[in-house]
Amino acid sequence: MLANDRIPGIETYDVYRKHGGYASVEKALKMTPDEIVQEVQKSGLRGRGGAGFPTGMKWSFLAKPEGIPRYLVCNADESEPGTFKDRYLMEKIPHLLIEGMIASSYALGANTSYIYIRGEYMWIVGILEKAIAEAKAAGFLGKNILNSGYNLELYVNPGGGAYICGEETALLESLEGKRGNPRMKPPFPAVKGLWQSPTVVNNVETIAAVVPIINMTGDEYAKLGIGKSTGTKLISASGNINKPGVYEIEMNISVEEFVMSDEYCGGIKRGKRLKACVPGGSSVPILPANLLFKTAKGEQRMMTYESLSDGGFATGSMLGSGGFIVYDEDQCIVRNTWNFSRFYHHESCGQCSPCREGTGWMEKILHRIEYGHGTAQDIDLLWDIQRKIEGNTICPLGDAAAWPVAAAIRHFRDEFEWHIKNPKECMERNYGLAKYADEREIIPA
Amino acid sequence: MKVTIDGIEIEVADGTTILQAARQIGGDVVPPAMCYYKPLAGSGGKCRTCLVKVTAGSAKDPRPMPKLVVSCSTMCQDGMVVESSTSPQVAEARKGVTEFLLINHPLDCPVCDQAGECKLQDLAFEHGAQGTRYQEDRREFEPVDLGPNIKLHMTRCIMCFRCVMTADQLTNERQHGILNRGDKAEIGTYIEQSLNNDFIGNVIDVCPVGALTDRTFRFKSRVWFTNQFNAHRNCTTDKCSGNAVIHKVGDEIVRVSARKNEFAEVTEWICNTCRFDKKENSDWTIEGPAHIDRHSVQSQGHYELSTEESVAI
Ligand SMILES: Cc1cc2nc3c(=O)[nH]c(=O)nc-3n(C[C@H](O)[C@H](O)[C@H](O)COP(=O)(O)O)c2cc1C
Ligand code: SF4
Ligand code: FES
Repeated sequence: MLANDRIPGIETYDVYRKHGGYASVEKALKMTPDEIVQEVQKSGLRGRGGAGFPTGMKWSFLAKPEGIPRYLVCNADESEPGTFKDRYLMEKIPHLLIEGMIASSYALGANTSYIYIRGEYMWIVGILEKAIAEAKAAGFLGKNILNSGYNLELYVNPGGGAYICGEETALLESLEGKRGNPRMKPPFPAVKGLWQSPTVVNNVETIAAVVPIINMTGDEYAKLGIGKSTGTKLISASGNINKPGVYEIEMNISVEEFVMSDEYCGGIKRGKRLKACVPGGSSVPILPANLLFKTAKGEQRMMTYESLSDGGFATGSMLGSGGFIVYDEDQCIVRNTWNFSRFYHHESCGQCSPCREGTGWMEKILHRIEYGHGTAQDIDLLWDIQRKIEGNTICPLGDAAAWPVAAAIRHFRDEFEWHIKNPKECMERNYGLAKYADEREIIPA
Repeated sequence: MKVTIDGIEIEVADGTTILQAARQIGGDVVPPAMCYYKPLAGSGGKCRTCLVKVTAGSAKDPRPMPKLVVSCSTMCQDGMVVESSTSPQVAEARKGVTEFLLINHPLDCPVCDQAGECKLQDLAFEHGAQGTRYQEDRREFEPVDLGPNIKLHMTRCIMCFRCVMTADQLTNERQHGILNRGDKAEIGTYIEQSLNNDFIGNVIDVCPVGALTDRTFRFKSRVWFTNQFNAHRNCTTDKCSGNAVIHKVGDEIVRVSARKNEFAEVTEWICNTCRFDKKENSDWTIEGPAHIDRHSVQSQGHYELSTEESVAI
C-alpha cells in the first residue's frame, strides 16, 4: 500500500493516477458488488482498526432491506496512544483512501459515504477534501461514475476530539450530531447504524487494503502473510528504538526481526537493553522482553494476529491497531501504566458506572504509587478494580482501560512492590535501570 | 416462550427482557435497576447493576453467554437459563458496581431529602460493603437551583440519564442535558437557566437518588414522618392525570408526588401545577392511604394492614 509513498506529488490526482491509481475502481465497476465482497472474503482481510474482525464477513452481514439506504463510514478517528499509521496514509497518499472508499461503497451498495476523522487532524481534512474534489473532477465521484450508472457522494466529517468517538457506535452517534456515547449492541451497525440504516464501519487501513485486493485478486492477497493473518499491516513503531516511524510489513516476519533489523526499527536506542513492549496500541497487554521475541512455549513470536496473542493474556498480547511501543531498561512501568490510565480516565464517556468511576480510581491509585505514597494493599486493590471493570461495561473502552493495568501487574508486580517499599528512592531513580534487566533473562540488544 | 431464572421457570411473551421476566417472578430474583425505567423509552444499560449470568442462551443454542449481560436490555430467548441471585459471579459484579457508584457519592444521607426512598440506599444495603476502600477526594459540585422548584445536587447523581429522557419524552423542549464526559460529566443547563416546562417536575420522581429534589418540600420533613394519601384533583393541564400522592404532616400538605408502582416507577405523570402549587387541603380529594411496602422505612409508625388482616379484625 505504501509502495508509492515517496513519489513526489503522489498526493495529487495526476501523479497518483499515472502510477496506477484508480485502476481498482475501473475494475470494480465492471464486477458485481457481490463479486467484490467475495474477493474481500477470499483475501482473508481482517479489520485493521484493532479488533481484527474479518472484513469480508462483516460486509456479508450488512442487512439489505428494500428502499432503505446503506452507508459506508470510514473510521479515521485514530486516537489510540501509540497509533499513527492512518495519519501517515491519509497525509501521504490521500487518493488511496478515496479509491478504497469508492470501490468499497460500490461493493456495499452505498451511495453516500463518510470519512469520520478525529478533530485533531484538522489539516488532513483539507488534504482529503482536495483529493475528493480532484477525484470528482476526474469523474470518479458524483453521479454516474465512469458511465456505470453508479452514484456516490463522499463527505469528510471531523470529530470533536474524543477517543471514544473511535468506537464505532459512538462514532455514528457523533456523526448524527449527538453526544458521542456508545450505543448498546445489539442492534449492530450492520442492521441499524447511521440514522438507523444498515452501515459498515471500517478503519482507514482496512478500506485502503481493498484497493490491492481488487487489483491483485483476493486469492493472491491471501498468499501474503501467514495463516489467518493475510496481507500487509501498517505498524506505527515508537519508543526507544533507533528508527521510529510507520512501516508496512508483510505479516510473516518475526517480532525480533521487526525490532532489531535495520530494515525496520533498527534496534534499541543507544545500545540499551529491551525491557518491554506494547505491540498493538495502549489498550493491549504489555509484554516483558522475555515474552516478546519468544512465546511461553519457546516458539518464535511473529508479527501476526495469532502469534502475538499466543498464550492468551497470561503470556501473550494482541496485534491490535499496530501501535508498537518499545521500552528500554530506563523506562518505568508504573509510570507508563499510570500514564495510560490517565488517558482512559480522561476519555471515558461516563455512561456506565464501572468505567466512569473505575478508570478514575485506578488512575489515582497509580499516581499514588508512582509518587511514593502507595501502600501494600494498593496492588491487590488495583487488580480487583480492573477485574470489576473488565467485561461489565457497554463498550470495550472499559476493557481497554483494564487490560494494561492487569498486564503490568501480572508481569511487573515486583516493580510495583519496589515503588511501594522504596517511596523516596522510586522518585529519584528507576527500578529497571538498577536491577530489572539483569534479573530476568532478557535477550541482549 | 419459556425462561428459567434462578431455577424458576416462567412463561413470557416475545420481546420480554430478562429483567421484566424476573419481575414477573418477583422476590429475590429481581435484579436491582438503577437506570432502567419502564415508562421511559430507551432507558437502561448504563448503571450495570442489573447484570445477570446467562448459562444457556436458548433452547436452540444452549451455549452460555461469554460475559455477564444487563438484564434490563437483554431479550429473553425460548429455553434461556439465567442466574441472578444464585450466582456468586453476579453477586461479586453487583458488589463491584455498587462500590463504583458509591466512591464519589457524598454519603450525606442524614441531610438528604431522598433518604428513605433512595434506590442507592437500597442498593448499598443489599449489595454494598461495610467500609470503603476509596481513600481519595470525592468529586465535588456546588448545589444548583434549577429554577424555583428543583434543586440539583450533582454530587449525588449516578448518571442514569433518566431525567434527560424524561425531559425529551414528556416536555415540549429539553432544557438540560449532560455536559462533559467521564467522571467529570454533569447534569446541567450550560448557562444557568431554570427548568420550567410543564411536566419537568417529574424529573424529581424519576431520579433514583437525591440529585434532583423538590425545593417546595426541602427539609420540611423526613419521608417516613409523612402520611401519604392517594388523592386527585380536576387538573386542567393537558395530559396531566391529576392523580397524585399527597404527603401530609399533621394537617398540612408538605409535598405532592406522582404515583409509583412497586419498582418506584411513575405510573401517572403529573404537571408542575399539581406538584408545586397545590398544597391546600381544599385542592385535593383524598381517596385513601397510599400503599407502602411493609419493608420500607416509610411504613414506620403507620403500618398498613393487609386485606386479610383487616378482614380478621
Ligand atoms: C474505545 C475505542 C476506540 C476505538 N478507536 C478506533 C479508532 O480510533 N480507529 C479505528 O479504526 N477503530 C477504532 N476502534 C474500533 C472500532 O470500534 C471498530 O471496531 C473499527 O472501526 C472497525 O473497523 P475494522 O473492522 O476495519 O477494524 C475503537 C474501539 C474502541 C472500543
Ligand atoms: S465503557 Fe466507558 S467509554 Fe464505554 S460506554 Fe461505558 S463509560 Fe462510556
Ligand atoms: S438497570 Fe440495567 S444497566 Fe442500569
